[in-house]
Amino acid sequence: MNLFNAITVGFKEIWAHKFRSLLTALGIILGVSSLVAMSATVKGMENGMREALIAIGGLEKVRIEQQDIPSEQQHLADQAVGLTVHDLYALKASAPLIRLVSPEMRGPRNTRVTKGGKTTEWANVIGTWPTAIELNQHTIEHGRMFNEIDDESARNVCVIGTNIRDQLFGDEEQVGREIIPIGDTISIGGEPFVVIGMFERYESETEKKRREYMKTQPKLEQTGPARSRGWGGRGRGGDFVFRMKNSTIYMPLNTMYLKFKSAVGTNSLPDPRLDVINLRVTDIDALEPALQQARNVLMHTHKAIEDFSFMTQEDWSKNITTAIDNARLSGGIIAIIGLLVGGIGIMNIMLASITERIREIGIRKAIGASNSNIFVQILVESTFIALLGGLAGLATSYGLVKVMVMVLPENNTPQITPMAMVVAFAFSALVGVVAGILPALKAARLDPIQALRYE
Amino acid sequence: MSLVELRNVSKIYQLGGEEIRALDDLSLDIEAGEFISIIGPSGSGKSTLMHILGCLDTPTQGTLRLDGTEIQNASKRELARIRNEKIGFVFQFFNLLPKLNVMENVELPMIYSGVSGRERRERSMEALKLVDLENRARHRPMQLSGGQQQRVAIARALVNRPKIVFADEPTGNLDSHTGEAILTLFRKLSQEGRTIALVTHDPEIAAVTPRRIEIRDGKVAKQVDARLAGLDRVRNADSALA
Repeated sequence: MNLFNAITVGFKEIWAHKFRSLLTALGIILGVSSLVAMSATVKGMENGMREALIAIGGLEKVRIEQQDIPSEQQHLADQAVGLTVHDLYALKASAPLIRLVSPEMRGPRNTRVTKGGKTTEWANVIGTWPTAIELNQHTIEHGRMFNEIDDESARNVCVIGTNIRDQLFGDEEQVGREIIPIGDTISIGGEPFVVIGMFERYESETEKKRREYMKTQPKLEQTGPARSRGWGGRGRGGDFVFRMKNSTIYMPLNTMYLKFKSAVGTNSLPDPRLDVINLRVTDIDALEPALQQARNVLMHTHKAIEDFSFMTQEDWSKNITTAIDNARLSGGIIAIIGLLVGGIGIMNIMLASITERIREIGIRKAIGASNSNIFVQILVESTFIALLGGLAGLATSYGLVKVMVMVLPENNTPQITPMAMVVAFAFSALVGVVAGILPALKAARLDPIQALRYE
Repeated sequence: MSLVELRNVSKIYQLGGEEIRALDDLSLDIEAGEFISIIGPSGSGKSTLMHILGCLDTPTQGTLRLDGTEIQNASKRELARIRNEKIGFVFQFFNLLPKLNVMENVELPMIYSGVSGRERRERSMEALKLVDLENRARHRPMQLSGGQQQRVAIARALVNRPKIVFADEPTGNLDSHTGEAILTLFRKLSQEGRTIALVTHDPEIAAVTPRRIEIRDGKVAKQVDARLAGLDRVRNADSALA
């Protein structure tokens, strides 16, 4: 008897008990679909986190921050200069492993950004260099970034994020059209600034889809008195990382210094210190030599006082990997337990089915079926059920993921990977084979005389 | 050389420490083309004898040569192949597979011997013609009468051109009229040169065969051979003397 005949016989048997076979396969269907859906969810999470990682500058970006002077250097505290613009020039000139540098000088605390009667809830007001665009992965959608000339002459110009625009000029969803405020004047900390550029809206893929979907929906009526709904929930600008980025206001470093930090007006002490220096290394593989180089340069400019520290995204990246691995492992274990339960279901049904068919097996043996013929027949049946279950499970998982996307729109969109499908299907086949072995052995070992007499 | 040569065969079962001799030092020859019946009351050992002759079971002692092959030491796989190629079975309860149609039931032995699909169909149609059921090929066994089902079983037993056909109480589950028709069919098949062994407890059924072997307590109690008419009287006298 060849394999084709065995498969035909097995298939006939399954067809003869359609409903029972369906119920039997259900365990596998659920196991496979949950395995695929789980991996799709994890993949979605992973995509979301990677998007966020790229949005905050990627792995190549390193921040240099102020740090308290180490205790053994406390006596030099009055010598410490902090991060200054000299460090930037020194790094640019002396650290070839560093491709880009840009300063960050934050505006004074509670700098109010207003336009007419409107104020922003919060704005990340930063004085920087034009290189910040590339370094912090910004894209100008309208207007332009300020340039070196703007910086040299300390002009009152700024480039804003869409979140700032939304709050000062009204957002697209409310106004009904996109406002491009280039050329308009806004007030930052009491100083008039001309908006010369606006970034694009930074958002996750999911958020983008949601927003595009919302455009097609009728607008909900505002109920009750007009109010701000606060930061929680689905705020403007989406997830935290993207919301931060959308609330940015960039102005030239010199403007920031002259207007807000130097000894002008009520401010009697000039503060030339930078809050952060951002670096981009030339090559992620040379991260450590680059950091060493940067440290050496800064030790010179800081008179060997280590009042700075490096912050990389390695931890963030590692956290992502760990979180993904954990989610994948726990989800995988649950899904595999589901598949095992499905396999036990198949084994159970196959055992019941051969008890029901002892006489048939006796007849088959009497007319010349060998033990291995019977073994193969039962094994093919159980494998076939599992394979059908596996295929149906793949189809189900597709539907399941669609439903998940609908039900959980704000999370990261689950993404089905071919690898997950292959693994789930292979595993279901394996489960079918393993579940069939015991019943098949039992059937093959039946004594033909006993089996023929069985009522 | 006979088709079947059974020499000093014993089949011993251990049942709760007790030894049961289902067959006791039994010897028997069956020639090719013979039509014989094996009779005996229940418990006489005739079923055990048929199982051993039919290669469903192996003897505890003694030898069996079937068509020139020694059987007593054959492996299970070899036994299955011999059953498939050299032996046909007809059972009291027909033993057709209810999920397969008539044609598929008849094809079954050829599936295990690896005959191609087309040849299978041709040969099963031929076998069904032999039992006059070619117009029922697509029916399910349950849609046929008892007599028809038994004829399908006979077609299945013949389809692989076996050396010998064993029929175990083939009329036991049929009314007398249908039973007679089945016996007539066996007689016809025998006249066409097939070797057939009927196993029965009913002397009336056994009467259709020229040669009758009576089994009692695992031994051949009496042999009657119509072809040796007259000799049986002598043999009976012998046993009477003994």
